Amino acid sequence: MDLRYTASEETFRRELRAWLAEAVPGHGATPPQEDWDARREYDTGWQRKLYDAGYAGINWPKEYGGREASLTEQLLYYEEIARAGAPYVGVNFVGMLHGGPTLIVEGSEDQKKAHIPRILKGEEVWCQGFSEPGAGSDLASLQTRAERDGDDYVLNGHKIWTSFAQVADFCELLVRTDPEAPKHRGISWLILPMDVAGIEIRPLPTLAGETDFSEVFLSDVRVPVENRVGAENDGWRITNVTLAFERGTAFASDMIHLQQFLRELVAAAKQVTRHDARAWDDAGLRREVGHLAAELDALWAMVKLSVSEASQTGVPGVGAAAVKLFYTELYQRVCELGLRILGRAGLAREDVGELPSGKVLHRTLQSLSLTIAAGSSQIQRNIISERILGLPREPRPR
Amino acid sequence: MDFQLSDDQKALRDGIRSFCEGRVPVDTLRELEVKPELDRGLWGELAEMGVFGLRLPESDGGVGLGTGDAVLVFAELGRRLVPGPLAWTHLAAGLVDGAASGDVVVGGVDLRGPQPDPILVEHLQSLDTLLVLRPDGVFRVDPREVQAQAVATPLDPLTPVRHVGELPRGDALGDADAAARLRLEGAALAAGQLLGICEATVELAVAYAKEREQFGRPIGSFQAMKHLLADMFVRQEATRAAAYAGGVTLDQPDVGDVERCVAGAKLVAGEAAVKNARACIQVHGGMGYTWEVPVHYYLKRAYVLASQFGDTEEWAGDVARRLDDEAA
Ligand SMILES: Cc1cc2nc3c(=O)[nH]c(=O)nc-3n(C[C@H](O)[C@H](O)[C@H](O)COP(=O)(O)OP(=O)(O)OC[C@H]3O[C@@H](n4cnc5c(N)ncnc54)[C@H](O)[C@@H]3O)c2cc1C
Repeated sequence: MDLRYTASEETFRRELRAWLAEAVPGHGATPPQEDWDARREYDTGWQRKLYDAGYAGINWPKEYGGREASLTEQLLYYEEIARAGAPYVGVNFVGMLHGGPTLIVEGSEDQKKAHIPRILKGEEVWCQGFSEPGAGSDLASLQTRAERDGDDYVLNGHKIWTSFAQVADFCELLVRTDPEAPKHRGISWLILPMDVAGIEIRPLPTLAGETDFSEVFLSDVRVPVENRVGAENDGWRITNVTLAFERGTAFASDMIHLQQFLRELVAAAKQVTRHDARAWDDAGLRREVGHLAAELDALWAMVKLSVSEASQTGVPGVGAAAVKLFYTELYQRVCELGLRILGRAGLAREDVGELPSGKVLHRTLQSLSLTIAAGSSQIQRNIISERILGLPREPRPR
Repeated sequence: MDFQLSDDQKALRDGIRSFCEGRVPVDTLRELEVKPELDRGLWGELAEMGVFGLRLPESDGGVGLGTGDAVLVFAELGRRLVPGPLAWTHLAAGLVDGAASGDVVVGGVDLRGPQPDPILVEHLQSLDTLLVLRPDGVFRVDPREVQAQAVATPLDPLTPVRHVGELPRGDALGDADAAARLRLEGAALAAGQLLGICEATVELAVAYAKEREQFGRPIGSFQAMKHLLADMFVRQEATRAAAYAGGVTLDQPDVGDVERCVAGAKLVAGEAAVKNARACIQVHGGMGYTWEVPVHYYLKRAYVLASQFGDTEEWAGDVARRLDDEAA
């Protein structure tokens, strides 16, 4: 067990920090939440700058434009971008954090050449078309059909909760290619270009009043068979690779942001006056903050442990379920504390005087999605109890 | 950075694990329980295994390892509920002659304020030397000079305690910094023992859930049980990461805020072990509430360890204070 960084890891950190110090202020302010064109431009523009500086795809192969550095450097990268207040991965989320990584492991040579460099340069935005109205937690029961017609598949179906659909160029799409087979064995993983005929996107407002995700309707959409990743009907296995990245490594930078957020809550607690004292003068509240900070440190130590393990396998292990579960529930507890610190200032979704109500409320509302998206907390507990602890499996139809 | 166990560390852990499994199997707990005196034979064997001299330089007859290694060893001792003032004797190696070799049994008490009340000391009647950590330094007290009353029914049947009436000030062995350092090291070791309790309770509960049947199927097939067990696993993994990080950070102070890291480890571990032990009793149902099934020992020991070297409340306040300083 060695938590020290090597000389070359330290050099990496120093250089990145120096670069960020110049690049971040130069990239300007975040565009409004609902201006999707501007958000795409802002996020992909930042991705391009990372690419030009050699900081896109830290652990992705050099051959396709990555830096081919270690997972440890990837971790340092997350620490540094969060510390510098650099733009969030934003619309590049799917491409950078699970679509791209899946292609690197499972894609054909042509698919990798066609997409990886463009994802890294911010030229391609991806979305994820997995869930359907009838297939959320039970993802393998998805119904979207793909029928062979010569060299094409013809797609018909309905996807939902598709984040970034309105700005995406491609979609990692799960379809049913064999309706007769048991449900896990008739699925294929396709690369769907979002500009082909027959795709209708209807934004679906979230409880935060934002249009983060959409419904996507597919009517006789034609996709070349060569857009399939892996073998026909082997899509479930590949899906699990995608989910391993989505649950395993995709949240690392958010954890650092959460640590910063807790510090901001301390500052807020010093501004709020309750009765005749500051909220921060309440020893009970202070202990609660200390408690959460300690748990956040434990979470980050867990990430370091799992990164050290994944360095050997390349794909995050099933233990990622424990990290995801702990992180998402901790996040919500931090937000709950934030609301209690704000008191009635939390009735406003914009800043009240000097108090950061806008940010706290934004985070609190968004945090409700964390224990649902990317496999709900209950599903993570099923995974831990069955795949790690070896308890009897849930009943499975067919 | 490589946060995985090295091959040497795995060997160290496995060695102590098999020693404990052979020497302190669960049945012996019931035997030890009726004899409040410390088992000096076992103490000597633990010393031979290097438990006490683990961090002492080889030139002083120790093993020359670090606190990270010690956390691994203490996790195994915790997992088997090995009784005795293990952490105190380990901390005393190098300070008190004979501690490392197991000839002198050292216990201790950590007094964070000038006049704490009440003061309870574990294993006092078996001690050769008592260490007292006070805010202003480390002191050595002769246990025979301590006025104390035995507690007839201690919470943990394997951890006898005495209620101290008067505690002599004793001879100074170190200054305030030394006391603070020992408290941190003790907290890291206790976090290790608590990790062992987290692991043992997960193992016991999972095994029972697979074996016990009701309604014609193993209780471990009921989702309410599975989710309770999954939460135990998550607490175990968070504790593992925190406890390892606490130990390693004491050895490698450049990697982070040492005090915050150890404080967090102790806090997370104390809470996790208590919660896991309670859940383990719940999984065992009515049998879990009996004396005969040894699950209760884990909960009782978890309470003892959670109270040592700073409890959850103290460390939570400490971490908050450090956040405050950071902000200022
Ligand atoms: C913000 C956000 C973004 C998303 N982005 C995308 C995206 O880009 N692409 C995409 O494909 N999908 C996306 N999703 C969808 C997400 O993956 C699903 O919402 C999720 O898998 C849960 O499915 P569901 O909504 O159908 O809920 P359900 O599966 O209907 O679950 C409802 C409740 O039942 C519980 N439950 C279900 N099954 C079990 C079980 N076996 N045991 C115990 N409890 C169970 C769940 O935990 C949950 O509490 C997104 C969701 C959110 C909230």
